[in-house]
Amino acid sequence: MALLRRMGGRLLQLVLLLAAASVLSFWLMQLAGSDAVQQQMEATGTVLSQQALDAARAELGLDRPVWVQYLSWLGGVLQGDLGTSYLSGQPVAATFAARLPATLLLAGLALAMTVAVSLPLGILAAVYHGRPVDWLLRAAGFVGGSLPGFFLALLLMDLFAIRLRLFPVIAADTSLKSAFLPALTLAIAMSAKYLRQVRAAVLEQLSQPYLQGAAARGVPFRVTLWASVLRSAAATLVTLLALSAGSLLGGTAIVESIFLWDGVGKLAVDAINMRDYPVIQAYVLWMVLLYALLNLVTDLICRRLDPRIRLGGQTR
Amino acid sequence: MKQHLSGVRLRLAVLLAVTLLLLLAVACARMICPFDPDAHNYAAVLQPPGGAHPLGTDRYGRDLLARVLAGGQVSIFSALALVGITTLAGTAAGLLCGWFGGAADTALMRLADLCLAFPGLVLALALTAALGGGTFHAVLALAVAGWPKYARLARTRTLALRDAPFVDAARMAGGGSVQILSRHLLPNLLGPVLVTAALDVGTMMMELAGLSFLGLGAQPPAAEWGSMMSDGRSMLQSYPWVVLAPGGAIFVTVSLFHLLGDTLRDLLDPGSR
Repeated sequence: MALLRRMGGRLLQLVLLLAAASVLSFWLMQLAGSDAVQQQMEATGTVLSQQALDAARAELGLDRPVWVQYLSWLGGVLQGDLGTSYLSGQPVAATFAARLPATLLLAGLALAMTVAVSLPLGILAAVYHGRPVDWLLRAAGFVGGSLPGFFLALLLMDLFAIRLRLFPVIAADTSLKSAFLPALTLAIAMSAKYLRQVRAAVLEQLSQPYLQGAAARGVPFRVTLWASVLRSAAATLVTLLALSAGSLLGGTAIVESIFLWDGVGKLAVDAINMRDYPVIQAYVLWMVLLYALLNLVTDLICRRLDPRIRLGGQTR
Repeated sequence: MKQHLSGVRLRLAVLLAVTLLLLLAVACARMICPFDPDAHNYAAVLQPPGGAHPLGTDRYGRDLLARVLAGGQVSIFSALALVGITTLAGTAAGLLCGWFGGAADTALMRLADLCLAFPGLVLALALTAALGGGTFHAVLALAVAGWPKYARLARTRTLALRDAPFVDAARMAGGGSVQILSRHLLPNLLGPVLVTAALDVGTMMMELAGLSFLGLGAQPPAAEWGSMMSDGRSMLQSYPWVVLAPGGAIFVTVSLFHLLGDTLRDLLDPGSR
């Protein structure tokens, strides 16, 4: 029952947040000071009289008060109508739906790579704290963390795609092979950060008194590590991973543009350069929704992993 | 322990000296490299590094060392300004929220929640889309995404310290809010704020360069590391120095600021190692 009430609270929060985010993204595009009519005029290169402009605005409802425009836009959004792209004239929702799977594939692959690399290595660095392995891993993490994603992307592209010819330079399709290099770019930057966090979280557990207790009672370290240390650190590790995944959602924009990966990130960057505002609005709304869902799922997983949160006691 | 601490201090001193040297080099670019970073010279297009041009030239014959140094002025100083703005605004907001509480606290913290509801770069992309490109707008956009972190940090610390004995003592001694906040609370949260800020400089520099790389930050032909790399990205195979010069500059500078942040943390917050 408490869980239900709490989930209800979270859902209400989510709705309020999305409403606020929708206001913000609508307002931002108002701030841009250019509307569909002006865009159309610039795109076609025709010069219209003020009268014709006013008529066109009235036809699209752009002469109404801003809040009426917002409500009518929101009504459309709730029915899955995200407007029409200024540029292609296609409905934005359909374009988005077609591109979203590619971005999710890329982000999912990057996330999987990050976990596969930094979880074991982070634990290794913590267990061999202060030894050469630890130093080596920290140095590697440091280098990875100081390379901007776009530089890394160019280097990886040059090495693997152009010199070694192992992967396609430009993602011609949305296959796993095409996704590998862009996902690797994202994963390296994320792993550098996550490796550090895993190491710190495990180290913190390793300094707890229960470890000495277990050792004194003759429990092998291997068992303590898997059964106690990693279990206690699990909730922290999941939360930190979700935080990194948030930066992943934004980071795909840059990497997709470099590898010409046909996802929503590249769509958004192109839209920003062409001032195609309905597409940008859709991008912002989708990212906020995905991020909020991610946080919700993380919260649920943490509750399962950590009985202290589930039972409403002290969290740490 | 003492031994260890003095080692950290020495490391910090060396890193600070190197950073100052770098800032000085970037600020006095013309003394190091006489070339005009924006002057085209079609007699010396795409020269490899060496000779008159230590880092080579780009496709317009512009000297890359001059451009890297000029780009550093934009990249480094805008990152420092960005971190300065977010730190000041966030800390001030957090202090006031934690100290006074009430409706202003609720409103500001909900605003912070809203900014945090966007993945950082997504909010920055949306803002630059609305405001248009340019270094100033990119800094502004990342500042909007960045301040809540500091506000939360400062607020949590203020709440924890609000009822501490030394604050009560200051109040009984007749101190007003302004005096207590500035003389007693601020110094107590300066440590964690400084550590967070120092670690943020490198990250912010990469994000600013990323926005420029996408054409949303500093606008060409102005020299800026991100836009220089974007300009040269198709030449990585044939004329690698065009990309490697600004890329290396970013890497070295970001590493330096990360090391500085790490060292500062070791010094101010030894428990976190």
